[in-house]
Amino acid sequence: MEPLRIHTGVVCPLNRSNVDTDQIIPKQFLKRIERSGFGQFLFYHWRFDDDGNLRKDFSMNLPKYQGASILVTGENFGCGSSREHAPWAIQDFGFRVIIAQSYADIFKNNCVKNGILTIQASEEQVQSIMQNAETEGYTLTVNLEEQVVFDNQGLEIKFDIAPYPKEMLLNGWDEIGVTLNYEDKISQYEVAHK
Amino acid sequence: MQKPKNIIQKVWEQHVVYQEAGKPDLLYIDLHLVHEVTSPQAFEGLRMNGRKVRRPDLTYATMDHNVSTRDRNEIKDPISKKQIDTLKENCQEFGVELSDRQHPDNGIVHVIGPELGLTQPGKTIVCGDSHTSTHGAFGALAFGIGTSEVEHVLATQTLWQAPPKTMNVKVNGKLGTGVTAKDLILAIIGKFGVQFGTGYVMEYTGEAIRSLSMEERMTVCNMSIEAGARAGLISPDDTTFEYLKGRRHVPKGEAFEEAVAKWRALATDEGAVYDAVVEIEASEVEPQVTWGTNPGMCIPITAAVPNPDHEEKANKKDEISRALQYMGLEAGQPISSVEIDHVFIGSCTNSRLSDLRKAADVVRGHKVNPNVKAIVVPGSFSVKMAAEKEGIDQIFKEAGFEWREAGCSMCLAMNDDIVPPGGRCASTSNRNFEGRQGNGSRTHLVSPEMAAAAAVAGRFVDVRQFTAQGVL
Ligand code: SF4
Repeated sequence: MEPLRIHTGVVCPLNRSNVDTDQIIPKQFLKRIERSGFGQFLFYHWRFDDDGNLRKDFSMNLPKYQGASILVTGENFGCGSSREHAPWAIQDFGFRVIIAQSYADIFKNNCVKNGILTIQASEEQVQSIMQNAETEGYTLTVNLEEQVVFDNQGLEIKFDIAPYPKEMLLNGWDEIGVTLNYEDKISQYEVAHK
Repeated sequence: MQKPKNIIQKVWEQHVVYQEAGKPDLLYIDLHLVHEVTSPQAFEGLRMNGRKVRRPDLTYATMDHNVSTRDRNEIKDPISKKQIDTLKENCQEFGVELSDRQHPDNGIVHVIGPELGLTQPGKTIVCGDSHTSTHGAFGALAFGIGTSEVEHVLATQTLWQAPPKTMNVKVNGKLGTGVTAKDLILAIIGKFGVQFGTGYVMEYTGEAIRSLSMEERMTVCNMSIEAGARAGLISPDDTTFEYLKGRRHVPKGEAFEEAVAKWRALATDEGAVYDAVVEIEASEVEPQVTWGTNPGMCIPITAAVPNPDHEEKANKKDEISRALQYMGLEAGQPISSVEIDHVFIGSCTNSRLSDLRKAADVVRGHKVNPNVKAIVVPGSFSVKMAAEKEGIDQIFKEAGFEWREAGCSMCLAMNDDIVPPGGRCASTSNRNFEGRQGNGSRTHLVSPEMAAAAAVAGRFVDVRQFTAQGVL
């Protein structure tokens, strides 16, 4: 996993709440047995019409948001199915950071495992970022070490993150590798709980 | 004296392998259930790093999402087939027990776990599937995980988890006649919203919960995730032990008695506290129907579809308008006026023997409305066999339902059971998200009884009146 320390990128707004993982990556794309290549299917039925043409009114399709790497959205993002294909698609599409009012638990976990930073912000903060993002080329910078998001117009948002996911993201760790260092503890537990 | 604890705290403490300040706890996993959709990349990860499955004996695999419910031996879609075959190869390579398509134990992962007695009180249970919360009905701490975590559990039999906040969801009083466990959980989500459980593990308590059967408890716990909670559980009691007795993986004889004593001690102590409490009166719950595109968008059968103009907040207004538009409904329309063209009785929420029995009781002697295509998909091979032994299949078939093989089927339409674009389905499953049952499909979540009545009437009807009168 690639470490994430400081990230600057174009912001793409998705002004909706309760976006479920069935929308993020519809089930017909869950049949692949690979981990890569899901980006093309991200928000498939919102990005494309039934004939496979780009929907012009969907934010992610607007020219000004091409190449965006920071997604800003509402409440309860990533609810529903536990499919990790959702963060795989988000990451493969080019997003590295999500800013939302709140997240579903499993989705949030899945993001960390894939090097995606999920930042929680207030409704006002999310709304003001969305407004700013109306302007073409609006970028934000995220400094994970300092736990702060800022733009070049004076906006500055401090955010919370638990120490463990922070460390994981900063170092881009392979979690299994880390856990295997505790193998003796696991074995002891197994012996004691036979 | 020890401080009273709730069951969530007790099960957690029993499973901590390692604890350190500033870190989540390293939690031991007693049972890992695996299915074909969320596991291939995890096994691939093990292979790439030369890792093994640490405890194949605590791992159990099934195939359910992609399987055909018309013919167990056939899968037309080559990509689905590949996923199924990959699971089989992975299980062989890593030594994991698998009930594949032709196996008599095959079925939906959350139906067979309890059936086989793999699911037991006090266990930590995970699966790469959000409805793993179902197993909480037994007083297990059961939750869904992503594929990276699946790989982590395969390799280490543990997960790093921060202790959850706990919530008591208290259901006072008794459910009325014709009101089911499904109506109860929908009403809870409708009342408190689709994210009130986020960050919590819930325990369902109260008189109404105590009087539910195990299969009804599974229906309730199944949908905990639709309230945002990764896990929802119920303290075990005699109903639980009665269900478990004699099942294949449950201890026998004296060992069973010992297990029961241990399980009994897991139940929440008198006076235990939670981080949050919500309450609902069971007697006020009516049969529910969802009208929108998430499970919280539900109303009693006696009510009308909401009007966005009655909302103050702009984003709420938008949400309702968008849902109404997707669902093809008018604001203020009585839900009982909504006509349907599909009925699906099945899924890990409502496909167990008692669900099918109750739906069959409603259907008996009636015919499916000519405008409706109705299917019944038992949750497992063994549910199907048991139902056929009782003649339940005959009741459905005579009424005009299709009687199918077991699987997830139209719950998420990954196989060929699909609601067409614009089609409207009364479904006993758990998610009414956009496109869930097929691109452009419209899903209304209901109980098996309500689905059965809707199949006959061709629209939503109050099952309490339907059964009372026998006719419409
Ligand atoms: S029945 Fe539906 S919700 Fe249950 S495991 Fe299968 S797809 Fe998931």
